[in-house]
Amino acid sequence: MQDRECTALTQPADEMSKSERPNLLFRNLNAKVASIPMILTAMVVFVGGTVWTVLYSFTNSKLLPRLNFVGLDQYYRLWAAPRWLISIENLLIYGAISLVFSLVIGFLLAALLDQKIRFEDTFRTIFLYPFALSFIVTGLVWQWLLNPDFGIQHVVRDLGWTSFSFDPLYNSSIVIYGISIAALWQGTGLIMCLMLAGLRGIDEDIWKAARVDGIPMWKTYLFIVIPMMRPVFITTLVIIASGIVKVYDLVVAQTSGGPGIASEVPAKYVYDYMFFAQNLGQGFAASTMMLLSVVIVIVPWAYLEFGRRK
Amino acid sequence: MTAANDTSVSIQDLSLNFGAVTVLETLNLDVADGEFIVLLGPSGCGKSTLLNCIAGLLDVSEGRIFIKGKNVTWEEPKDRGIGMVFQSYALYPQMTVEKNLSFGLRVAGTPKEEIAKRIARAAEILQIEPLLQRKPAALSGGQRQRVAIGRALVRDVDVFLFDEPLSNLDAKLRAELRVEIKLLHRKLQNTMIYVTHDQIEAMTLADRIAVMKGGVIQQLDAPQTIYNRPVNRFVAGFLGSPAMNFIDGRLEDAAGGWRFAAEDIKIPLGTYDFAKPPAPGPVTFGIRPEHVSLNSGTGWPFSIAANVEVVEPMGSDTLVWLKLAQQNFSVRVTSERTPKNDEAVTLGFDPMRASLFDTATGTRI
Amino acid sequence: MSIADITAQASVAAGARQEIAGPYGPKPRRMISRRNVFLYGTLFVMAVYYLLPLYVMIVTSLKGMPEIRLGNIFSPPLEITFEPWVKAWSTACTGLNCDGLSRGFWNSVRITVPSVLLSIAIASVNGYALANWRFKGADTFFIILIVGAFIPYQVMIYPIVIILREIGLYGSLSGLVIVHSIFGMPILTLLFRNYFASMPEELFRAARVDGAGFWGIFLRIMLPMSLPIFVVAIILQVTGIWNDFLFGVVYTRPDTYPMTVQLNNIVNSVQGVKEYNVNMAATILTGLVPLIVYFISGKLFVRGIAAGAVKG
Repeated sequence: MQDRECTALTQPADEMSKSERPNLLFRNLNAKVASIPMILTAMVVFVGGTVWTVLYSFTNSKLLPRLNFVGLDQYYRLWAAPRWLISIENLLIYGAISLVFSLVIGFLLAALLDQKIRFEDTFRTIFLYPFALSFIVTGLVWQWLLNPDFGIQHVVRDLGWTSFSFDPLYNSSIVIYGISIAALWQGTGLIMCLMLAGLRGIDEDIWKAARVDGIPMWKTYLFIVIPMMRPVFITTLVIIASGIVKVYDLVVAQTSGGPGIASEVPAKYVYDYMFFAQNLGQGFAASTMMLLSVVIVIVPWAYLEFGRRK
Repeated sequence: MTAANDTSVSIQDLSLNFGAVTVLETLNLDVADGEFIVLLGPSGCGKSTLLNCIAGLLDVSEGRIFIKGKNVTWEEPKDRGIGMVFQSYALYPQMTVEKNLSFGLRVAGTPKEEIAKRIARAAEILQIEPLLQRKPAALSGGQRQRVAIGRALVRDVDVFLFDEPLSNLDAKLRAELRVEIKLLHRKLQNTMIYVTHDQIEAMTLADRIAVMKGGVIQQLDAPQTIYNRPVNRFVAGFLGSPAMNFIDGRLEDAAGGWRFAAEDIKIPLGTYDFAKPPAPGPVTFGIRPEHVSLNSGTGWPFSIAANVEVVEPMGSDTLVWLKLAQQNFSVRVTSERTPKNDEAVTLGFDPMRASLFDTATGTRI
Repeated sequence: MSIADITAQASVAAGARQEIAGPYGPKPRRMISRRNVFLYGTLFVMAVYYLLPLYVMIVTSLKGMPEIRLGNIFSPPLEITFEPWVKAWSTACTGLNCDGLSRGFWNSVRITVPSVLLSIAIASVNGYALANWRFKGADTFFIILIVGAFIPYQVMIYPIVIILREIGLYGSLSGLVIVHSIFGMPILTLLFRNYFASMPEELFRAARVDGAGFWGIFLRIMLPMSLPIFVVAIILQVTGIWNDFLFGVVYTRPDTYPMTVQLNNIVNSVQGVKEYNVNMAATILTGLVPLIVYFISGKLFVRGIAAGAVKG
C-alpha cells in the first residue's frame, strides 16, 4: 500500500556496502565465551556426570570404576540390604514429618506474623536464625540437648519425675524422630519466610471483602487465602522435598547413623559405599535410586508448572 | 545513485520474523534528508520494532537498510550515524548528567576538549547547563528527557531516532516538550524518525506520517492528507478524537448521481471526490464529528433528522451523540449552540468532507 | 480551658448535631484483648523454643566440666570460664592434630573467599550474557543447568572425583573451590539472569547506541547498578559454602578439612573423655560466621535464602 515517493534506489547494494555479514559462529562471541563455564558445568558435570553414574551403576565396580556390566545385580543387592531398607524407611518417616510439620508450623508462624504485630522483625529474626547455621552445628546442638544424661531427660528427672524418658538419639525405634526435631528447628524459619512472602502477595482487598462479608478469619485463611497461595505451596513443597532427599550432614553430626544402623539415610549409604566400603557399584546404584526419587517429585511438578502454560 | 543524495534513510523490502511470527513484512520507506517522519500506530503494530531495526538493535530477517547512502544492514548501532532517545529516558543512573552525555564519546575515545565542546553546545541548546553535575535521580521527568535528547545530540549524528520519548510525561510537560522537539528540528535540520501512538504528537510534529498496522505501513503522507483523505478505514478510525463516524450502507447509482443509502438515510455524493471509479455495492460511509453541522438550515443538498441521545460538554466544545441507521453518531458543536437531551435536530454536511470505504476490503473509494 | 471542658463542649456539640446518644469517635481498643494474649503468647513460646538451643550452647560453653556433670543444662553458669573456648580454638584434638579448630577456620576462610569470588564472577557474567546477549542454544544450556540443581549431589560426586584427579586437583583447596563454583552456578546464574533481565532493556540499548560492547556495558553500566544483587549473592554463598560439609569431606584431606568437618570430628571422636563445654564452644565458633552474616544482613539475607531456597 505504501508507494515509494522517492524513486527506487538504484545503486547495487552489495557494491556500496563495506559491511560483511560476520561469521555466525563468531557473532556475539563474547557472550559465548562468557557462557563456557555454564556450558561445561551443564554438559560435562550435570549431564555427563549423571549419565556416567547411572551407567556405572550397572557394573560390578569395587575399588575402581570398571565397565564390567552385571545388569541389575547392584539393584537386587541394594533392595536386599537391610541397611538400605532402613535408610528408605527412615527417609519416608523423616520426609513425612518434615513435610507436614514444616508446612503447618511454617504457615502458622507466617499467619501470626502477618497480623500486623509489633516486633515483627525481631520475631522473624529469631525464627529464621537457625537456618543460617549448618546442619553440623544444628545436629551437634540437638545431640547435646537430647543427651539423656545431661539434656532434657536429665532436667525433667531432676524436677522429680524420675521415670521420665526422652532419649530419642539412643533409642533405635524413635531415633529418626529425634533427628526430625532438629531438622524442623533448623528449617521451619525458611518455610515461614516463603509463606509470609506468599501472604503478603495476597491482595489487601481480599481481606476487606471477606471482612465486609463477615467471614471469620480462620475460614478466610482456609477457603480463600490458602487456595490463592497454591503456587507458593507448590514451590515450598518442591523445596522441602528436594531437601529431604539430600539429608546427610544432620544425621552424620547427630548420630552417625546410630544406634547401630537405626538412623541411616540414603545419602549416607551412598557416601559410605563409595568412600569407605569401596563398593562403588553399590554407591552408584543407590545414588541412581536417589535420582529416581527426585525425578518422581520434580517431573510432575515441572509438568504442572510449565507444561500447562503451553 | 541519484536519489541517494537527498535520501537520508532508506529501508528496502525489510522483513522481521520472530520464529513463526511476522513483525514486519516487506516494508519500504524512504526518508528525505532533514525530514521529520512519524511512525504512528497502535501498540504492537511494529513501529518500535522498525525503529530498533533502523538503530541496529534488532537483526532483520530480510531486506536492507541504508543510512546516508551506506548499507548499514549489518553494522553495529554505534557505526550507523544515529542517535536514539528512549521512552524511559534510559539514563545511566550511576552517572552524572555530564557523564551520561559523554559516555558514548568516551567509549569511542574522543579527545577531552572535543567532548567538552560538544557537551557545552548540547547543554546550551537544551538549556541543561545547571544540571550537568546532577545524577538522573535528582531530575524531573522533563529534565531527564532533555538529557536523553542531549545524549543523542552530542553524538553529532545524521539521524535522530525517537522511541515514544514523551509517553512517560504528564500531559502538560508533553505539550511543552513537543514544541521544543519541533524547535530543535528547525534549528538542527536533521533527519528525525519519531515513533508514537499519540496522534496529536504525530499531527503536530511530522512532515510526513507513516501510519502502521500489523507490520505494514498503511499510509505515508503529510498529516493533513492522512487526516482528510485516509486511504482505508483503519487509518480513518485511528486518527481523530473523537473518532470518525462510520455508517454501513450501500452505494447506489440513483437518478441524481451516486448516493449513499442506509435504511431511510440517503446522502447524495455530488461533491465527493472518488478515489476510484464507483460501483454499486456495500460501502462504509465516514464523516468526522467536526465536519457535521447541527440545525444549520438549508445550506446543504440534503438534511437528516435525528434525536439527541447524550450530550457531553468538553469545555471548549460539546459532543452530541445521536443514532443514525441504528449506529452511534457524534457531532461536535460549539458550546453555546448545545441542544438538549431528546431534542430533535437536523444534520447537514458537505459530502466533499466525507470518506467512503469498501465495506469488504476497507479501502477508500 | 481544661481538656475536660473541651471534651464536654465537643460532646455537647456532637449531641446537638446528632440528638441520639451512641458510639462516637474512635472505637475503644484494649491492649490486652484475648486475641493479643493468644497471638503474642504463641509467638513468645515459639521464640523461646527457637532460642533455647542457642542459649544452652552458650551457657554450656561457659561452664567447667564439673559444673556440667552436676548441674542442669539450662541453668546459667555459676562460674564463668572461657577456657573451653580457648581449648576449642587452639588445642582440641582431631586425630593426631591437636591445634584446635583454628586450622579448620583458616581452611574454611581459604575455601570460602575464593569460592565466593569465583562463583559470583562466573555467574554474574553468565547471567548477564543470558539476559542481554542471548545466542542460539543459550537457553537450552541454562535449562539443563537449572534442572541440574535438583539432581542429588550424590549422583555427581564420584565423576567429579575422577575429573579432579585427572586435572590433579583432587584433595586440594583449589579443587574444592571449583566444586563450590560448579554447584553454586545454577542458583547464582538464575539470580543474576533474573536481576539483569529486570533492568530496563532500553538502558542496554542506549549503551549499545553509545557504542559500548559486551564488557563495556557489563563493567560500566550494569555492575554499578547491581550492588544489591551482589550483596545477596555474597550472603548466599558465604553461608552456603561455610556451612558445607559433604563437599568438604569428599574433596579435601584431613589437613585441608574445612571447619564443619573438623568440628564434627572433634565432637564425634570416640577417643578420650567427652568435654561437652569444649564441644559447645567449638560448635558456636563454627556457627559464628554465618550467624554474624545473618544478623548484619537482615532483610537481604531473607532475599538471599528465598532465592537460594531453590538450591534445596
